[in-house]
Amino acid sequence: MWPDLPLFPEAASDVARQVDTIYLTWVAISAFFSLLIAALIVVFFIHFRRRRQGEIGDTADVHTLPLELTWSLIPLVIVLAMAGWGMKVFFVAWRAPSDAVEYWVTGKQWMWKVQHPSGVREINTLHVPVGQAVKLTMTSEDTIHDFFVPAFRVKADVIPGRYTSVWFRADRPGTYHLFCAEYCGTEHSLMRGSVVVLPAEEYERWLGTGQVGPTMRASGAELFTRLACDTCHRVGEAAPDGLPARAPALEGVFGSQVALQSGRTLIADETYIRESILDPQAKIVAGWQPIMPTFKGQVSEEQLNALVAYVKSMGSEAAAAGAAGAGGGDMPATFETMPETAPLGANDEGTR
Amino acid sequence: MSTEVKAVSAAGGAVAEDARPNYLTGGGWDWKSWLLTKDHKRIGILYVISITLFFFLGALFALLVRLELLTPGLDMVEPDTFNRFFTMHGIVMVFFFLVPSIPATLGNFLIPLMIGAKDLAFPKINLASWYLYNVGGFFTLWAIASGGVDTGWTFYTPFSTTYSNSYVVLSIVGIFVAGFSSIFTGLNFIVTIHRMRAPGMTWFRLPLFVWSSYATSLIIVLGTPVVAIALLLVAAERLFRLGIFDPALGGDPVLFQHLFWFYSHPAVYIMILPAMGVISELIAAFSRKRLFGYHFVAFASIAIAVLGFLVWGHHMFVAGQSFYSGMVFSVLSMLVAIPSAIKVFNWTATLYKGSISRETPMLYALGFIGLFTIGGLTGVMLATMGIDLHVHDTYFIVAHFHYIMVGGAIMGYLGGLHYWWPKMTGRLYPSFWSRISAILVFVGFNLTFFPQFLLGYLGMPRRYATYPPEFQVLNVLSTAGATILGIGYLLPFTYLFWSLKYGQRASANPWGATGLEWQTSSPPPTENFVTPPVVTTEPYDFRDLAPQPSIRSPLSREEEEYA
Amino acid sequence: MPDGHATAAAAAHPHHHPALQHHFDTLEQQKEASSFGMWVFLVTEIMFFGGLFCAYLIYRGMRYEGFAEASHELDVVLGTVNTAVLIGSSLTMAMAVWAAQTGRRKATVGFLLATGALGLTFLGIKLVEYAEKFHHHHVPGESFHWAGRFPDVAEQFYSLYFAMTGLHAIHMILGIAVLIWLLVPAWRGRFDAAYHNPVEIFGLYWHFVDIVWIFLFPLLYLIGRH
Repeated sequence: MWPDLPLFPEAASDVARQVDTIYLTWVAISAFFSLLIAALIVVFFIHFRRRRQGEIGDTADVHTLPLELTWSLIPLVIVLAMAGWGMKVFFVAWRAPSDAVEYWVTGKQWMWKVQHPSGVREINTLHVPVGQAVKLTMTSEDTIHDFFVPAFRVKADVIPGRYTSVWFRADRPGTYHLFCAEYCGTEHSLMRGSVVVLPAEEYERWLGTGQVGPTMRASGAELFTRLACDTCHRVGEAAPDGLPARAPALEGVFGSQVALQSGRTLIADETYIRESILDPQAKIVAGWQPIMPTFKGQVSEEQLNALVAYVKSMGSEAAAAGAAGAGGGDMPATFETMPETAPLGANDEGTR
Repeated sequence: MSTEVKAVSAAGGAVAEDARPNYLTGGGWDWKSWLLTKDHKRIGILYVISITLFFFLGALFALLVRLELLTPGLDMVEPDTFNRFFTMHGIVMVFFFLVPSIPATLGNFLIPLMIGAKDLAFPKINLASWYLYNVGGFFTLWAIASGGVDTGWTFYTPFSTTYSNSYVVLSIVGIFVAGFSSIFTGLNFIVTIHRMRAPGMTWFRLPLFVWSSYATSLIIVLGTPVVAIALLLVAAERLFRLGIFDPALGGDPVLFQHLFWFYSHPAVYIMILPAMGVISELIAAFSRKRLFGYHFVAFASIAIAVLGFLVWGHHMFVAGQSFYSGMVFSVLSMLVAIPSAIKVFNWTATLYKGSISRETPMLYALGFIGLFTIGGLTGVMLATMGIDLHVHDTYFIVAHFHYIMVGGAIMGYLGGLHYWWPKMTGRLYPSFWSRISAILVFVGFNLTFFPQFLLGYLGMPRRYATYPPEFQVLNVLSTAGATILGIGYLLPFTYLFWSLKYGQRASANPWGATGLEWQTSSPPPTENFVTPPVVTTEPYDFRDLAPQPSIRSPLSREEEEYA
Repeated sequence: MPDGHATAAAAAHPHHHPALQHHFDTLEQQKEASSFGMWVFLVTEIMFFGGLFCAYLIYRGMRYEGFAEASHELDVVLGTVNTAVLIGSSLTMAMAVWAAQTGRRKATVGFLLATGALGLTFLGIKLVEYAEKFHHHHVPGESFHWAGRFPDVAEQFYSLYFAMTGLHAIHMILGIAVLIWLLVPAWRGRFDAAYHNPVEIFGLYWHFVDIVWIFLFPLLYLIGRH
C-alpha cells in the first residue's frame, strides 16, 4: 500500500481486527448481492431488449410467493446473524476488562485534556504503554465531542454532565490519529491529536522526564479534605466528635446498589457520584437528610474527575491491600511500577 | 430537428388535440391564474419551480464544500464559513429539496390523475402548502443572507442551544414553517387516496407510486410534528433559557437526539419511498410487464413506513445509549432491510421476460436499483453495532446516505421527471442528450461518493474542514466526481427548459404505458378527464396495449433502431 | 368499499348543493373527506404534543421530587376552575354541532358564542395564573427565583409548564379565531342537515384541545397531591 494513498486503515488492537473481520465479511456479502443484481440487470437488459414496435412483456400469471419467501428469508437470516455478531464485537469494545487502567479525559472546545492515573497531564496527546488495557472515563466541559481513534476502531461520544467511557489495548507501538468525531463548532476539524503507543520501558522513560505531581487519587483525597467532605462523609472509623455521622460513608459505595429516599435503587456509577457532588438534592440516599450543599462552580471539571476517581478508589483500597497482602494483586505490573510523576508537554511527537 | 418536429405535429392528430384547452392554457396565463390556482397540476408545476431553485442553491453549497476539501488545509475559507457551508447544504437539500421533492411535484401532479380524481381533497390547503413552503424558504434564505447557520442540519444540542453564534432561530422558523407545508401535503394525499378514488379503483388496483406516496404521507403526518416540537424547544431554549436540552440548565442533550431522530430517521424514508414508487412505475412501464409481486412491493412500502419509526436509536449507538437499547435498535434496523430487499428483487424479477426499452427514464431506474442496493447494504452494515462503532460520524455515513438520498431519491426524481415530463408539459425532450445526462449523473455520482466509503473506513470524520494529508487523493477524486455530477444535473435543466418551446409535441401516451394518467391528453385538461374514468382492469395490464401500432415517437424512433 | 357508496350516493342526490365543491361527486363524499382530514390533522397534533409530553414525562420520572415541589406552587383552584370551564365549553360545542345538524340557526350561533365565551374565560384565568408566576419570579430565565430545595429542577418544571400550557393556549386562540370565522355562515343560516361539516370538524378540533388540557391538568398541577 502506498503511504500517500492508504485504502485501508492500520489496525493496532485486537478489537480493531475483530471490527475488520466483520466489516470485510459484510463487504463480501454486499459485493455478492450487488454484483448479482447488477449482473441480472445487465443480462436482462440485453437479452430481453425490446425488439419490435408494440411488443409487450410476458403476461403469464406467475406464482410469486415461493420466490418472495426465498428473497425475504435468506436476507433475514443473514442480517440477524450479522446483527448478533455485531453485538458481540460491540460488547467486547464496550465493556472494559478488569485489568484496565483508568485514564480521565475532558473534552473542551477544541482540545482534549488527559489525566493519567499517575497524575501526569497531557493535552491532545495520550501516551500509553503497549499491551496495557486502557479505559478512558470521559466528560465534556461544553458541547458534545466524540473520542475516536481509527486505529483501534473505537469511539464514544463525550457528553457534558455525565461520564462515558471507551477502552482499548494497543498491541503495536506507534503514533495514531485521535479525532473528534462529533461536530462541536468552529475548530472541530482541528480538535485532533494523537495516541502514542510506547513499549513499556520507553513509556516509563517518558513518564520519568517530567515534574513531580500527586496521583489522581492523591489529588482527589486532598480535595476531599480541603472541601471538608470528610466532616460528614467520614473516612475510616474515625468519629472525632463522638456524634453520629451526618452522611453515608463512601467506602465501597462505587459499583454498589444504593437505595434512595424516593424508594428507587440505582447502581452507583461515575455519573451518579458526579451528580451527587454538583446536585446533591437530586438523589437522596434513604435514611439521610438532604443537607449537603452543592459544589457546582467550586470545582473544575478536572478536579471533579479527581474527586470521582478518589471516591471510586475508596472501596477497592482495602480490597486491593488485602489482595496484595495475600501475594496476588490485581494491578498490572506496568501500573505498579509507574512513577507518580511525568511530564506535561513531553508530547511533541508528530501525528501521522 | 425542429423542422421534423413541425412535420410530425402537422401530420399527426396533434392539431385537434391542441385545440382543446388544457390545464396550462385553460385558466389563462396571467400571474393571478397561477398564484391563486387551486389546480393540483399547476401547484405541482409551481413546486417544480421552487424546488429547482432550492436544489441549485443546495448544490452550490455542496460545490463550495467540495472545493474546500480539495486540499487538506484551510485554503479557501475560514472554518466558520466551511461549517456554514455544510450546514446550509444539509438544511436546504433535506428540508427544502429532498423531503418535498417527489411528493410535492410528481405526487401533487399525478396522484389525482392516477386514481381518477378531479383534484386533491383540499385544493386550498394544497395551495397554502406551496405558500408555506416558500415562506419557510424565505426565512431560510434570510438566515443564509444574514450569515448562515453552523449547527449542522441535525441541530444537535447543546451546541445549537448554547454555543453556536449563528442564525439558529431563524433557520428553525424556516424549517418549522416548511414542515407544516409537508404536513398539509401528506394530509391531503391520505384523504385523497382514501376518499377520492374513481369507481373500480380498488386499493390493489392502485399504481405502486400511489402506494408509496401513501406510506410517505403516513410518515410525514406522524413524524414531522415531532421534529417541529423538538426544533421549537431548541429555539425556545435559545431565546428564553428554558432548560430542556442543555445540561448546564438541567437538561439532557441526548433527549434532543431521540426526538430529532424519531422524525429524521423516518424522514429518510420520506425521501426514498416516493422514489421507490417512481421506480416501480418506470420498471413496469419500460418492461411493459406487470410488476413482479405487486402486493409484496405495495406492502413493503407500508412496512418500511412502520418499521422506520422503530429504528431511530441506531443513530446513538455511541452516544452513551445503553448496550441493551442498542441491541434492540440494531435488530429493528436490520428488519428494514427486508422490505427494501423485497423491492429490489421484485424490480429485477420484473425485467425477466419483459420487453425492455432503453429510454432515458429506464436508464435512471436501472441506475437507481444499483445505487440503492449499495446504499441499502451499507445501511445494514451501519446497523451492525460492531461496525458502527468505527464508522459512525465518518465519511462512511456521508457516503451511505448520499447513496440513498442522491443515488436513490434524486435518481428517482429525475427518472420520474423524464417519464412524466411529456404528460406535464405536452413536450418531448431530446433523447440523445437525456441519455448522456443519465450516464453522466451515474458516473459522476459514483466517482463522488464511492471514495467516501474508503475515506470513512480509513477514519476521516464528517464535517471536517481540514484533514490529515494522506486523505487527499480520495478527496480530490470525490471533488472531481462532484464536477461531473454537477454537469449531469445542469444538462437536464437546460434541455428540459429548451423542450418547453422547441420540444416535439407528445401524444397522450408516448411511452405506451398503463395507468389512468396516460389515458387523458398531454397535457391533461383542467378537470383531468373529459369523461370520469371507470377502472375495470388490474394495474400494469399491458395486454390492451399490444396491438396499438399508433404509439408515437420517440418510442417508434427507438424501435426502428432495434429492427 | 368507498367507491360503491359514492356512486350510490351520486344517484340519490342528482341535484347540486351550493356548498358542493367541484372536485367532489357528492356532498357526502365531501363531508367524509373533510372529517377524515381533520382526524388526520388531529393525529399530527397528537404527535406534536406527544413530543413535549414525552420530554416532560422523562424529566418528571428522573426528578420526581423536584417536580412535585415545583408543582405545589401552581394554583390548583384556578386549574380546577379552568378544567370545569373547558369541559363546559366542550358541552356547548357539542350542542352547537347538534344545532347545526338540525338546522337551528339561532341555537347554532348561540352555542358557538357560548363556546367562544368559555374559551375566552379559560384564557383569562390562564392569564391571571401567568401574571402570578411573573410576580413570584417563577418564570424561567435570569430573574427566576426559587425558595425550595430544588431551584434547578423547579426552573426546568416551569420551562416545561410554560412550553406546554403556552402551546395549548395558542391552540385555544387559533380555535377561537376559527370559531369567530364560523359565526358568519352560521348567522346566515348556511348549515342544515345536509351541510354542516364545518361546525362538525371544528367541534372535533375543539374537543381535542380540551382533551389535551385534561391531560395537562393532572400532569402539571396534581403531582404528589393526595
